Amino acid sequence: MKRRQFSKLVTGLTAGVCMAALSTLSVQAAEPLKVGFVYVGPIGDHGWSYQHDQGRLSVEAEFGDKVKTTYVENVAEGADAQRVIYNLAKTGHDLIFTTSFGFMNPTLKVAKQFPKVAFEHATGYKMAKNMGTYISTTFEGRYVAGYVASQVTKSNKIGYIASFPIPEVIRDINATQLALSKYNPEAELKIIWVNSWFDPGKEADAANAMMDQGVDVILQHTDSPAAMQAAERRGVYAVGQASDMSSFGPNAHLMSVVDEWGPHYINTVNSVMAGTWKPKASVEGMKEGAIVIPSFNESIPANVVAKAKELIAGLKDGSVYPFTGPIKNKAGEVIVPEGTRLAYDELEKMSWYVEGIPSDIPK
Amino acid sequence: MDIDLITNILYAMIRTGTPLLIVAMGELICEKSGVLNLGQEGMMLMGAVVGFIVTLLSGSLLLGFLLAMVAGVLMSLIFGLITMELSANQVATGLALTIFGTGLSAFVGSDFVGKPIAGLDPIHIPVLTDLPIIGRMLFGQDLVVYLSFLLFAAVYWFINYSRPGLVLKAVGENPHAANAIGLPVMRTRYLAIIFGGAMAGLAGGYLSLAYTPLWAENMTAGRGWIALALVVFASWKVERVLLGAWLFGLASILHLVFQGLGFSVSPNLLAMLPYLATIVVLVILSSNQSRSRLVAPMSLGNPFYAKS
Repeated sequence: MKRRQFSKLVTGLTAGVCMAALSTLSVQAAEPLKVGFVYVGPIGDHGWSYQHDQGRLSVEAEFGDKVKTTYVENVAEGADAQRVIYNLAKTGHDLIFTTSFGFMNPTLKVAKQFPKVAFEHATGYKMAKNMGTYISTTFEGRYVAGYVASQVTKSNKIGYIASFPIPEVIRDINATQLALSKYNPEAELKIIWVNSWFDPGKEADAANAMMDQGVDVILQHTDSPAAMQAAERRGVYAVGQASDMSSFGPNAHLMSVVDEWGPHYINTVNSVMAGTWKPKASVEGMKEGAIVIPSFNESIPANVVAKAKELIAGLKDGSVYPFTGPIKNKAGEVIVPEGTRLAYDELEKMSWYVEGIPSDIPK
Repeated sequence: MDIDLITNILYAMIRTGTPLLIVAMGELICEKSGVLNLGQEGMMLMGAVVGFIVTLLSGSLLLGFLLAMVAGVLMSLIFGLITMELSANQVATGLALTIFGTGLSAFVGSDFVGKPIAGLDPIHIPVLTDLPIIGRMLFGQDLVVYLSFLLFAAVYWFINYSRPGLVLKAVGENPHAANAIGLPVMRTRYLAIIFGGAMAGLAGGYLSLAYTPLWAENMTAGRGWIALALVVFASWKVERVLLGAWLFGLASILHLVFQGLGFSVSPNLLAMLPYLATIVVLVILSSNQSRSRLVAPMSLGNPFYAKS
């Protein structure tokens, strides 16, 4: 809320500055490129929105006073998002990043109203003449996490705290299951949906409920480090999401799948400044440095770490691809035939579980 | 379901219900005096952030909890001054307090995100804690949970059996009559507001120091609102607040446990229930007729002007 009021203030100031400029007609210095960011959570979540904001800060560090960045945090997905995005476009932002799946339709609507503004929407699949998408292939990290989890589990029960059943989350659950099926078919994936991206209390409750049921490795697709902390308290392993969560569980922290948005944001700002920006569906992963696994827990056996690093190298050079056929769905039908790879645009619409996941996608 | 699982569910039920119980008891006392403070969420967040920072810097959990309560009290005093001295609308002031507390706590806490502390650990009594089913629920909680039991007993006695409790209810039912017979209306209301603030601060501190020992913006995630609804559910009876808080704890735990066990109940449906109930209750609360049927304090939400 504070930020929104702030952005209103900025609007007012901008209007004032414009009038001052008109009255003197002597300002010749190049206007800084105005870049807006819309976050779904607080920048202090130490997870998803925090990492996007780190990306914003790296844009500021790279371009200095050639850019002016604004961000709006805690924006609810839905109608409110449209108002926020509209305000950013209206206040002269040249490039706007909207960083959550639920901002897709609001972004599209505003993009049509402001054809001269460049929009980039994260994790969605709808595009327009002035609206591109970008996504990082978090599933590469999940695949490695799935492999490591399959090797360190003793109970053969792996927990997965999930947020909402959207394609991105389903895709990552599938990538985890594919790694389990391949490297330890005995391991069972227990999925708990908490229906929130960010609720530390609930995430910790979910982690505890899993551990009560014998889970000894916890993965999460929610944004707070609460599950990591709960795992540390009870002496089991957990995998950090979005940012490096090792400080919340020095012993529990198996690894983190970290999003680095900086490189993409810097490249995009560069192309907008050069006038070469065109909407595209940008997919970046380990190869581009958008997905990083900074460290592995020292208690993981050396051969497992070596194999995990081999997987990372394979994902980088393209020799390893988690969604390579044959892949069956839960009904046992072959969806991806032997030898073919499921394309990115299919992954972005994924709405089915692969074989081996015991539960169903919530309806 | 095996016995260990039931033991753990019961343990988690109490633990999850505790922050709700603490805030709701504070709000109950406040509403009994005729003051509706919708600022619970903001006061909790301030309690959470202050408690966390103090414990991180001083290393003392006790000091953290104390100053969390002080933070809650200071926030409630802002509400008190605006609604009592300036006779501002209580609903609007409470909402503003929540917005203010959310923003201020984010601002104050921005340097403390991502820092871990050693939180308050559950106690362990040999033999008793290891009892099946009820062992962890009754003898394996942390100290704040036991404090919430004591607070419950104190509030129950206060409302039902003490003379100041009678004064509180008189002020909440008809402040003018109370004033006419010489009861201190303003002072009673101030004390009730302060108690509400202290409880919200304590509950916030519980979240950031014991439940999930970390600070993250907006970490209360709507618990203050649920507590408000709980008070209405409980039709302003403290024993029902206790049951409601634990029931809510049980519902939110079962929703997670069932998924882990693979039951095919839609988690969306289960997760929706407490919020749906909150909306229904708030709608009911906004109508005067149903309010009296639900035995709400008669003058709830009305400012008091001493007629001289």
